[in-house]
Amino acid sequence: MTTMLQIKDLCHSYRNEMGDTMLALDHVNLNISQGEFVAVIGRNGSGKSTLAKHLNALLTPDSGECLVIGMDTRNSNFLWDIRQSVGMVFQNPDNQIVASLVEEDVAFGPENLGLHSKEIVQRVEAALKMVGMSDYRQHAPHLLSGGQKQRVAIAGVLAMKPRCLVLDEPTAMLDPVGRMEVLEAVCKLHREQGITVVFITHFMEEAVAAGRVVVMNEGKIILDGAPADVFSKVDLIRSLGLDVPIAADIAERLRQAGIELPAGIIRNEELAVALCP
Amino acid sequence: MSIILESVCYTYLPGTPYRREALRDINLTIEPGEFIGIIGHTGSGKSTLIQHMNGLLQPSSGKVTLDGKNLHGKKNETLKSARQRVGMVFQYPEHQLFEETVFDDVAFGPRNLGLDSEEVASRVEAALHCVGLPAADYAKRSPFRLSGGQMRRVAIAGVIALQPQYLVLDEPSAGLDPRGRDEIYEQIMQLYDSTGMAVVLVTHNMEDVARMAKRLLVMNQNSIEFDGKPIDLFHDTKINLHDYGVSLPHVTALLKQLRARGLDLDDTLLDAGAVSKAIRIALQQMRNISC
Repeated sequence: MTTMLQIKDLCHSYRNEMGDTMLALDHVNLNISQGEFVAVIGRNGSGKSTLAKHLNALLTPDSGECLVIGMDTRNSNFLWDIRQSVGMVFQNPDNQIVASLVEEDVAFGPENLGLHSKEIVQRVEAALKMVGMSDYRQHAPHLLSGGQKQRVAIAGVLAMKPRCLVLDEPTAMLDPVGRMEVLEAVCKLHREQGITVVFITHFMEEAVAAGRVVVMNEGKIILDGAPADVFSKVDLIRSLGLDVPIAADIAERLRQAGIELPAGIIRNEELAVALCP
Repeated sequence: MSIILESVCYTYLPGTPYRREALRDINLTIEPGEFIGIIGHTGSGKSTLIQHMNGLLQPSSGKVTLDGKNLHGKKNETLKSARQRVGMVFQYPEHQLFEETVFDDVAFGPRNLGLDSEEVASRVEAALHCVGLPAADYAKRSPFRLSGGQMRRVAIAGVIALQPQYLVLDEPSAGLDPRGRDEIYEQIMQLYDSTGMAVVLVTHNMEDVARMAKRLLVMNQNSIEFDGKPIDLFHDTKINLHDYGVSLPHVTALLKQLRARGLDLDDTLLDAGAVSKAIRIALQQMRNISC
């Protein structure tokens, strides 16, 4: 499979208030193939967002390297290609919306690419359709719900036709229904368009939807695997200040009490089937 | 003595094309010492509602009283004292930090109350202690050099230092990791238990609201749609939570699923330990019956 993102020995340092040099990213190695859906979890300050910013050259490595489809993020000649290949969506939808109509907002990126207006219209329509917001193209973004705004922000990124979508806690400010809407839209993009997804979140039940979970702690990747494997390590995940889905938690407690259960239970349905076949 | 909202309506930008109704005929009494959770989807009126509790917004019609005094009556004093007695922690309160040291930031409110420096110092110390940031370690540090969770706790300490009788918090755990979230809620719970301060908590986090709040309000389309015990809401089959932008606590959803498969379980349980015990007992019973 083609490699989408290739991170080798990446270090990113900053100075703390005592003037000491600290590593926000400490020799990180990570390969993400085209079409993967990777969730990144970790405590606040563990380096998740710093990592995300390296993926489209908002930050560049102090040492090591970050390659986006083979393009080195430190080579400024690649900057625009990299930014167009990797679209970013951030936590607060209100900070990402620029226009007063939904369709104008989504058109902002393609307009800046200097595309023909016919092409722009097509891209805007397609992007809004992909996130299920076609009916709102004439609406004012500030009157939409949080989940709808965030889907408009995603559409704005999609209109640039990126190959990879990096979402940094896109659901942190949303209500449960808004969270579900955004997660479903992202899953659909991944499934139907084959877009590579890097999804940073504090909600473990969202990480379960990914094909792969990367766990960060103190600037390092300390776990990397399928959700069922990662969330089976209940004690380790807890010791990192994180949580596991409720089904994994209960399953582990039952195992410890001597009830035989198959490994890798992370969803409610899986636990229900295992307990009452 | 309590906060009472009587027939409160509020409309944003009345008389303009952007006119938007945000609250419709709200009647609500908040007693001292209550722990109230408020849930509802974005745009349902939660934030507008809480901003009426200390007079930041004046109702378009209806009345808000604190201990029987109209917040928007003739006396300006009432409003001033309401701002102190009803402490408000907004979403992302760390964006409001501005002083050079943690001490000065937390001291800002008490100083504005005209308290002497000794009283200010003791309040700051107590408030920082409440949020788990001992003054000895943190008072002299810059608030901008702390982690996100710590900054948020400094901002909350700034409100606690006013020693309000009612503490209103709008999404205090948004954007925090699971441990940060647990810590904030634990501290709010401790504060509630030790001071008897009333707490009004706006949140999307069902697990926490189910565990902490004794009374739950559900806002929907500018009105209060439900007012009662959390457990009653989660088990009322007539209410479609999804319509309110609300979901069941994960543990409740799991219990419902297990019950549907025939395990005899009490689906009001919230604690994971209790749930796993109940499952073991239910499995045992099922085996006994089938034998």
